[in-house]
Amino acid sequence: MKPTRLSECGNWVLDRFPITKFWNDHMAHYYAPKNFNIWYFFGSLALLVLVNQIITGILLTMNYKPDAKLAFDSVEYIMRDVPWGWLVRYMHSTGASAFFIVIYLHMFRALIYGSFKHPRELIWIFGMLLFVALMAEAFMGYLLPWGQMSFWGAQVIISLFSAIPVIGDDLSLWIRGDYVIADATLNRFFAFHVIAVPLVLVMLVFMHLVALHEVGSNNPDGIEIKASKDPWGHPVDGIPFHPYYTVKDLVGVGVFLVFFATVIFYMPEVGGYFLEHANFIPADPMKTPEHIAPVWYFTPFYSILRAIPDKFAGVIGMGGSIVVLFLMPWLDRCKVKSIRYRGGIFKKALFLFVVSFLALGYLGTQPVTPIATTMARLFTAIYFGFFLLMPIYTRWEKTKPVPRRLTKLQTLEEQLHAIEEQLPAFIEEITEIKTTTTEIGDAAFRATFFNRRPNPKGIAHVLSRLAVRLKGSLD
Amino acid sequence: MKNLITLLLLLTLSFGVVASESVELQEADIDLSDNASLQRGAQHFVTYCLGCHSAKYMRYLRFALDVGVDQQKVLKEIAPEGASIYDQIHSAMNKHDAEKWFGVQPPDLSLIARSRGADWLYSYLKSYYVDPSRPFGVNNLVFEDTAMPNPLWQLQGEQHAEARKTIYGEYTKLVLDHPGALSEREFDLFVNDLVNFLVYVGEPVQLERERIGKYVLLFLIIFSVIAYLLKKEYWKDVD
Repeated sequence: MKPTRLSECGNWVLDRFPITKFWNDHMAHYYAPKNFNIWYFFGSLALLVLVNQIITGILLTMNYKPDAKLAFDSVEYIMRDVPWGWLVRYMHSTGASAFFIVIYLHMFRALIYGSFKHPRELIWIFGMLLFVALMAEAFMGYLLPWGQMSFWGAQVIISLFSAIPVIGDDLSLWIRGDYVIADATLNRFFAFHVIAVPLVLVMLVFMHLVALHEVGSNNPDGIEIKASKDPWGHPVDGIPFHPYYTVKDLVGVGVFLVFFATVIFYMPEVGGYFLEHANFIPADPMKTPEHIAPVWYFTPFYSILRAIPDKFAGVIGMGGSIVVLFLMPWLDRCKVKSIRYRGGIFKKALFLFVVSFLALGYLGTQPVTPIATTMARLFTAIYFGFFLLMPIYTRWEKTKPVPRRLTKLQTLEEQLHAIEEQLPAFIEEITEIKTTTTEIGDAAFRATFFNRRPNPKGIAHVLSRLAVRLKGSLD
Repeated sequence: MKNLITLLLLLTLSFGVVASESVELQEADIDLSDNASLQRGAQHFVTYCLGCHSAKYMRYLRFALDVGVDQQKVLKEIAPEGASIYDQIHSAMNKHDAEKWFGVQPPDLSLIARSRGADWLYSYLKSYYVDPSRPFGVNNLVFEDTAMPNPLWQLQGEQHAEARKTIYGEYTKLVLDHPGALSEREFDLFVNDLVNFLVYVGEPVQLERERIGKYVLLFLIIFSVIAYLLKKEYWKDVD
């Protein structure tokens, strides 16, 4: 084919700029394991939400005014008078919560499949730095609407710095730029929220991905696919990221956006969890709300803070609950990565950790009562126990043998087919034929399902079998 | 394990106790597609609330367009004398006077339905009772020691609070002493219209976003199905 003007222009650029190499290294010739499951959607979804936050954020800054006198009004101006402003604002506010949902699931994936272990420790560290930056970003962004919760939430959190001995008071004054949260605070938080922290976030995402593509992705079996390669040097258990995972992630994006849009269009406040009711009242430094609660994604850590009686110790505890996550790669002494082949003690510990994290999250949204405080202390102990006892209990673990190649799981269709085959026998077991035969219908009808009644013995059998299987999966 | 269950039980019980301390709210019947109710609510708002409270994020024009009323009609029947259709719903009361008379400046009501909720507003406006110890001679069951006098007393009449005992515990019941200009049923509808209007004012775009949402979701579902089929096609020969 004769080169056209256009292709010559294209080649001129390609000769001078390595787009092709970049594309091949990270997409077309980047080999990812074949067996990614649903947990592996959340990385690309986090990227999607980040882009959403940046674009809607840029649009919001065009009408938002970072001024204590104007901020609240300008948000309502966006909600009412700016064309489509309400949509942009809801996309941003829902995006903030969605970001944390996606990130928490993404981190949980790393926990269950051991993605933080050798050789991926640095990916985990970058990820944790991202998490901390994201929390800073969310915290400072939450002040900007200048509602009651924005104001008092920031007041409570910044006053924590004053608990630090000697320098505390001066430090919190330096952070606020005033003796209370005020215009100076709003302006600097705006600067951090809009440019400083987003830059850090984007840079860390870049480093997170570079580190990931250097060592390659982990997978639900927790084995290294690079250990078995074909004659051309490609992992036999891998497939090129593009097009296989680009089309697969597209499905994830679609399903995620269905949920995302449902929240935006039908329940943007999510019962006061995504947008708190008290934040529809303008900030008033003279009036403290009865019950100050942070947004839901901070509540587990807030609970830990409240659970510890001493203020400074509470601050250390809250900080420690995040710092301890950084140490995961060294706390876990088990060589086996995936939960599929790990011992029961880890599964039980992880289960307790998830329960305590959720419980702390719930308690953080509730007012303090003596019993709630006791519960929060119990769950705080479990939270820290999970991490700090890890070097001990992961040594005792009785692991299962890890396969050398990826295992093949049943597809959804195969599973449905298997269930279909087992169904008649299952019904046979949990029901019995009624002893008093009715005269309604013919004999054929009387033999069907409608003439059977539940059989307590059979149901007990099925339940005990399930319990045994559940116990087996935990051991 | 037993201890844990006991603790959990205690925990749920403790929340039950906290919840029962506040007054049970009555349910408002909110229907934002009921334009007649919104118009009545707007009239009630201007007549009974606007003297002290503004709704400054709302414009008369927006109301006319959303509710489908003629702009001239809004100016004549709803907006106070001299208002322009482009105006926001401002109160005429001076800030300093307000603080002198009531101790606080009456809050702007644009977002009150979003911070308090429709049921709270509905119950609040119905729960005034005579209490001579208060500056304005009235108190409120839902919002104790409220600084606001009862603007609707001529319509509702005067209520007094009575402690009642049942096997479940004590509660306070409001009893109507002197009926007002409206019957009990009429008054409920009156307050409901007003609250309906406040819910609309809290977020005027509500109906619009629910209408658009249907198409967005439909598109996203079709998109997901096509994406899934595309994925299946690409992954056909991956074993």
